Amino acid sequence: MIEASDLTVERGGKTILRNYSLRLARGRTLAVLGANGVGKTTLINTLIGLIKPRSGLLSIGGQVGFVPQLFEVPFAYSALDIALMGRARHLGLFGAPGKRDYEIVRHYFHMLGIEHFEPQVFNSLSGGQRQLVMIAQALASECELLVLDEPCAALDYKNQDKVLGLLEHLRETHDMTIVFSTHMPQHAVEIASDVLLMTSGNSYVCGPTADALSAENLSALYDLPIARADFDGLSKHTYAPVFRHDGANFDG
Amino acid sequence: MPNSSTEAPSTGWVGRKLASVSVLPALIALLVAVVLYSITIGRYDLSVRDVAYILIDNLHPLVTPYWDPVQEVVVEQVRLPRIMAAVIVGFGLAVSGAALQGLFRNPLVDPGIIGVTSGAGFGGTLAILIGLQGYLLLGMAFLFGVGSVFLVKLLATVRGRTSMLTLVLAGVVISAFFSAAISIAKLLADPFQKLPAITYWLMGSIASSNYLDVLLVSAAVVPSAVAIYLLRFQINIMSLGEEKARALGTKVVLVQWIILLASALISAGVVATSGIIGWVGLVIPHVARALVGADHQRLLPVSGVMGAIYLLMVDNLARTVTTAEIPLGIITALIGVPVFAVILRRLHAKGGWSSD
Repeated sequence: MIEASDLTVERGGKTILRNYSLRLARGRTLAVLGANGVGKTTLINTLIGLIKPRSGLLSIGGQVGFVPQLFEVPFAYSALDIALMGRARHLGLFGAPGKRDYEIVRHYFHMLGIEHFEPQVFNSLSGGQRQLVMIAQALASECELLVLDEPCAALDYKNQDKVLGLLEHLRETHDMTIVFSTHMPQHAVEIASDVLLMTSGNSYVCGPTADALSAENLSALYDLPIARADFDGLSKHTYAPVFRHDGANFDG
Repeated sequence: MPNSSTEAPSTGWVGRKLASVSVLPALIALLVAVVLYSITIGRYDLSVRDVAYILIDNLHPLVTPYWDPVQEVVVEQVRLPRIMAAVIVGFGLAVSGAALQGLFRNPLVDPGIIGVTSGAGFGGTLAILIGLQGYLLLGMAFLFGVGSVFLVKLLATVRGRTSMLTLVLAGVVISAFFSAAISIAKLLADPFQKLPAITYWLMGSIASSNYLDVLLVSAAVVPSAVAIYLLRFQINIMSLGEEKARALGTKVVLVQWIILLASALISAGVVATSGIIGWVGLVIPHVARALVGADHQRLLPVSGVMGAIYLLMVDNLARTVTTAEIPLGIITALIGVPVFAVILRRLHAKGGWSSD
């Protein structure tokens, strides 16, 4: 689905990514992790075609749907209005959504269990609810690759669980390929088949989650000790930071 | 449970059809009523019945003319063209205001704020100064209107991206520039003939409109409004922001240019026939949005008809309140500014507008 080789991406005359190569097969889920400012958003914007890479090859084998970070709109659109905008690609310059477009959007609202949001003002919904509407918008575009920029940022645990469960469901039953960025290694442990650890603009680790996602790699990634933690009585694990509390640095 | 305060007006395909069949026809009926009433008022008193017969007589004589030929002249030559001009000008200004607000995802924008009006105003002033009229004046106003859009876009675009805040600031700068240019033109104008003509024209008036003026403003407003309406769904998408629109597959640059050029043409047409009439394009779309929601498919026509009704009523005030004509631009500003202030406060209180 995604084939990138030797990607170099610039933004405002500054090289953000240098010689990035990655492959992702159809029906897999890639989690992108990295410190703030390392270029996760730049990479995502490149994948969805907003930024043209300066050099290198990028080929995406299907339509891309994009779910931005926590989203607000300046006008009081209803949730249905927002999701309908996902149909843009199928409508042409002078078109407007018709009966079929409403049916498609309704189908996804039903699938996500958010029918009752339809008439509500999008901005009045909570962060988690808005995230679901934006996912419905991306699905309504009938994409095969779903790209999400920090889909779980600003969501409470229950909503994170809901979004992660939804992504897994989409991959399993709709053969969707998914790329998402996150700050929590646990999200990758839970649902990602592959991870991309962006250490800096020109070094990264990319591979199947089982190999690439390790305490060692994560510690290097975040420049902070990260340890594996096993849940008592469950065959599950996560990675958590071992905070250093070296406040001594602050008073000079 | 959705409560009424969070519910957007009329959603659902069926609901939308209903809303578009109920609000718009009601407004159109109101517009027709206001038009008929407007023809009756003025220094020469007429009844609605007289007006109806006089007008219908042109299509098909229902009754033998019982009215004074003077009455016919008043209706058909004096009041009707002026009323038609008010309707078209109000319609055009409100549609372009709604489209620009959507395009720039900024509820505080109108053709005046992004510099088009003063650019067109300068074009028109220059035309009067060198003795041009009619379509030549329209052409000049359009040329400078479009020119100012170019300049504003150029100033506001850094590395291919247009920030909406800089766009508004650039509009302020360009407006200031053209206001200064207008002052220079006035300074150079012949103080006995051209200066009063320029001054009065700039204040905004449709008092002396004839059918040629109506034709001229229609030639600018109608095709532009059609182009804007055809892009209704694209404007929805543009109001999510340029990046999101691009990701959804919209031809962002093309849509921006069509809307900007259409708005410039509307402004030029309005300025050419009736001078600078501000605030209509800013205020009316807000009222319309409260009525039918933000979806431009319903918002654009409803804004247009409301703008027509509004400007017609303002013009009725302008010609009847005092024995002398009050320039339209003064009344729309007197009403528009406090309404704008209220909108600004409400937006602020709701946190409903975050700039980017």
